[in-house]
Amino acid sequence: MLLENMWAEDPEPKVREQYAEALADFKKRGLIVHELPIQQECLKLVTDPRKGKNMFVLGMLCRIYNRDADKAKEEIAKIFRKKSDKVININHDLFDAGYGFALDNIGYQFSITTAPEDRLESALVMNGNTAAGLGVMAAGIELVSMYPITPATSASHYLADDFPLTGGFVHQAEDEIAAIGFAIGASYAGKTACTITSGPGIALKTEMIGLAVMAEIPLVIINVQRGGPATGLPTKVEQGDLLACIFGAPGDAPKVVLAASTISECFHFVILARKLAESFRTPVLILTDANLATGVQAIERPEATDEWFAPPVDQSKWDENVLPYDWDEKTGLSERPIPGMRGGEYILTGLAHNRNSKIAYDTKSNQEGMDMRSRKLAALAATLKPPEVHGDPEGDLLIVGWGSTIGAIEEAVDLARDAGNKVSSVHLRFLSPMEPGLKTATRLTHHCPVARTGATHSSRTCCGRTRSWILTAGPRSRATRCHPPPSAGSLTKPSNR
Amino acid sequence: MFGLKGDWSLDVKERYFTLEDYCGAEPRWCTGCGDHGILAAVHRVCRDAQLKPEKTVAVSGIGCSSRLPHYMNTYGFHGLHGRALPVACGVKSRRPDLDVWVATGDGDCFSIGAAHWIHAMRYNMDLTLLVFDNGIYGLTKKQTSPTTPLDVPTNTHPSGALLPPLNPLTVTLGITNISFVAQIVDWNAQLRHEVIRMAHAHKGTSFVRIIQRCPVYVESIGKALQDEPARMQLLTHEKGVQVDDSVKRQFPNQAEHDPSDIHAARQLAEDESVLPLGILYHNPDAPRYDLMSSVGLEMTAEEKLAGLNEALDHFAI
Ligand SMILES: Cc1ncc(C[n+]2csc(CCOP(=O)(O)OP(=O)(O)O)c2C)c(N)n1
Ligand code: SF4
Ligand SMILES: [Mg+2]
Repeated sequence: MLLENMWAEDPEPKVREQYAEALADFKKRGLIVHELPIQQECLKLVTDPRKGKNMFVLGMLCRIYNRDADKAKEEIAKIFRKKSDKVININHDLFDAGYGFALDNIGYQFSITTAPEDRLESALVMNGNTAAGLGVMAAGIELVSMYPITPATSASHYLADDFPLTGGFVHQAEDEIAAIGFAIGASYAGKTACTITSGPGIALKTEMIGLAVMAEIPLVIINVQRGGPATGLPTKVEQGDLLACIFGAPGDAPKVVLAASTISECFHFVILARKLAESFRTPVLILTDANLATGVQAIERPEATDEWFAPPVDQSKWDENVLPYDWDEKTGLSERPIPGMRGGEYILTGLAHNRNSKIAYDTKSNQEGMDMRSRKLAALAATLKPPEVHGDPEGDLLIVGWGSTIGAIEEAVDLARDAGNKVSSVHLRFLSPMEPGLKTATRLTHHCPVARTGATHSSRTCCGRTRSWILTAGPRSRATRCHPPPSAGSLTKPSNR
Repeated sequence: MFGLKGDWSLDVKERYFTLEDYCGAEPRWCTGCGDHGILAAVHRVCRDAQLKPEKTVAVSGIGCSSRLPHYMNTYGFHGLHGRALPVACGVKSRRPDLDVWVATGDGDCFSIGAAHWIHAMRYNMDLTLLVFDNGIYGLTKKQTSPTTPLDVPTNTHPSGALLPPLNPLTVTLGITNISFVAQIVDWNAQLRHEVIRMAHAHKGTSFVRIIQRCPVYVESIGKALQDEPARMQLLTHEKGVQVDDSVKRQFPNQAEHDPSDIHAARQLAEDESVLPLGILYHNPDAPRYDLMSSVGLEMTAEEKLAGLNEALDHFAI
């Protein structure tokens, strides 16, 4: 263990004491501790080492892990490209100092095998928010309308830089309601837009999401979840918005909810979401979370194609005999007139309406509207494939998960299987409508907990035959069962619910 | 229908629109409601400007006034209470070719939608914003609105509004980057039409506060003004609204006001003893956000694909 030793001589006796205690504790655990004067070394270069100590440490790590120092310095220059050369130089100096310090003082090195050259060639390195931003561009979306909120904001920061490459615009609205309203306006006008937010923003957008459901306005909404409720845990991961996103709006408001589980999916799901939004004339929510937003990974470079792009806005003549909500009886699907289409003029309304978009409070019209809006989800569900089972399809325990917990769950399943347990998992991408085949999957196993990061048993609502577990996805990404512990009886008896 | 051009050639329009082409469903406002006259003015301005119905979008919130889009034969968006402006701005953001109108009420705009009012004024996108200010919540049956005068009884304040009313003109004139601010009363057809016409012709957000009669719930508000014309002051100027002498006779209290003078406009707005009518402020040169938000519209799919690949390159190892 490499430990900064500045606290050993802190003027506060209490700090010195805590440092000594921690040191003793590490040693008791059998760790070899190197106490290093990082602060002192940095003070040789800068007056405030709180800014820049990380670069010194990065230099040390590069030496210890035998990484290419020039490459690292290139990356540093890239990160600070918007700052002055002075800033880049001082960071480079700190880096060099750290590298030199490790060279002179730390007598060991590790080697990590790098991925084969061809894999590196086709790899991109990014976090989930950047991936979502790129997904927006790849989907041919032209407008992202947002209000800053952690951990979603960096997606818009990224887009503010690169969106012009595909002709897009980031609108920073006065609040989240305005942000989604603006996106809805653009979508109504034929330019399916996207709004990016996190939990508290979703709460504010709820009424507008309901409007988009009711009036069948295509829209892509990305919710980078954080801990809640209220301002909650802005920088921490939680999957607590599941029910708010599926059921949050007043009334019955069926909508599409997807969950990205990897950084690559953060990219591809935006393309998928735009297409679904337009084909099904509906808002589509994509759930990601703080884990995905900030976790940096190498992903396979997507083969970009203009087939992903939204087609140009249709401005042809509209057949006047076709009503603005000409619902297909079986699927609830209908084509929408777009402003500019001659003959398609209609007044969109959030009030209950009939096929002609005329306000209608009568039972029959309301029933028909309700039916059609939910039928669309059934039509989508009919096109979905059952999720793949990780592990054997039959066994004692099947863990159902969604979102960024995939790594933790599959690792835990693998560990359990290595230990001889009959455990498998499935990971859902479609949360509303749900992927088919879950019934079969759960029938083949004795128990089926749903693992997600959160405190209560919301998952029960989504999947009939489940027990809710909590998954703590810590740095070692181990799945730990904690609450509520199933009774011994329920572990052996198959549940018939 | 046909016009002669300067070179004597005949200008034959492919399509000519009559008033009827803009009329939607039969209005369901109460008899005597000021909204009818405002709608008539909107229809006329659309007809005079020969707006293509398919290129015209009327956006509203919720309220009696927000029913307006249903009475248009254009595209329309009757959305959520207070949220007309964000939607209208969004429509305009990537569709500069559309002609966007906003119909909103005093509750819709000055209360629940107040944040959007302030920010939309600053965005200064090319919209015609008509605020139907009847000093009451009409649709929900007589609750106090931000502009209900002191002492007027309502169902939420039966012994009269408790606080002095909000002054929408001083607020609007205090916002940075505004470009068009006007005020009218619903019952003078010529003034109403001329101001709405100028508002529509202006490139930027044109804010028109319309003192609108709601005879059902607050008859006293309109009546007090109609009975005492001296409480209104017609603003005259060569750069302002031009009306006939007949209109001038109805508003004997007049003042010369240069609409390019924001300080004078603010002074007029602050004096609450009289209601200024006409154009308070006009600046055709204020920056427009719709010109900024619509960048990149002309990009082809090939250009976008190249741009996307360039963006992906930024993340290669
Ligand atoms: C979120 C929300 N809150 C409240 C309402 C109820 N509501 C509908 S219209 C309205 C007030 C309308 O007053 P105003 O905007 O002045 O319009 P008017 O009817 O007077 O033209 C209210 C409170 C609503 N529809 N939505
Ligand atoms: S209640 Fe008032 S504002 Fe509403 S339609 Fe009737 S008169 Fe007009
Ligand atoms: Mg009102």
